[in-house]
Amino acid sequence: MTQYTIDKTLDARGLACPMPSVKTALTLEQMEFGQVLEVLTDDPVSKRDLPVWAQSTGNELLEVKEDADRTIKIYLRKA
Amino acid sequence: MAEQTKNKGSVTIVLFSGDLDKATAAFVISTAAASMGMPVNIFFTFWGLNVIKKKGGLIKGQNWMQKMLNIMNYGHAKKLALSKMNMLGMGPAMLKVMMSQKRVPSLHEFIQTAHQMGVKFYPCEMSMTVMGLKKEDFIDECEDVIGAVSYLSIAKESNINLFI
Repeated sequence: MTQYTIDKTLDARGLACPMPSVKTALTLEQMEFGQVLEVLTDDPVSKRDLPVWAQSTGNELLEVKEDADRTIKIYLRKA
Repeated sequence: MAEQTKNKGSVTIVLFSGDLDKATAAFVISTAAASMGMPVNIFFTFWGLNVIKKKGGLIKGQNWMQKMLNIMNYGHAKKLALSKMNMLGMGPAMLKVMMSQKRVPSLHEFIQTAHQMGVKFYPCEMSMTVMGLKKEDFIDECEDVIGAVSYLSIAKESNINLFI
């Protein structure tokens, strides 16, 4: 597993499609290259959509985790 | 989002419909595409102009037919009907509650977000002339008023073209 430190956390829990991607884009825009963003979401669509979003925008997907309370954690590195 | 140059495909949408459901679909696609770094243009024509109208001003137009049409076609982003199950406004009211319960933004919020993300709104010149509408009748987020040729010059450079 890649080692990384989280620079910022975006709490997108409760938001529905397409807002998690929109908020992720707006948050990453304010961050520096190479920084890591943690996105918290409980939208099952985002589990599939955010990795696609990362691939499409050229940002690096580090990890996708799911908690017992169904919170999905997605880690992205700005590229 | 200029730094996200990997995906250059742009999206151009003709929003012909002034229905709440169809306009919402157009804005879901627009904001998602903008989040992916894609340039997005929306060309509002005919009934779709209602989506970007400012609130207020019931009587618009130069002659009685235009005035009558604008009174009967009164609408703005917060006052649009559904394409199905409108039920004299009950449908949109219930849908708005259901959407906010699931934390889906309202159409008004979608318009703000889209504008913030660089989505460009173009009102159609010909529809405006027919209906007797002026640039001032539309929200300030709108770009220039353009015609069919300008729309096509944008559309032919776009990878995704939708007519809603």
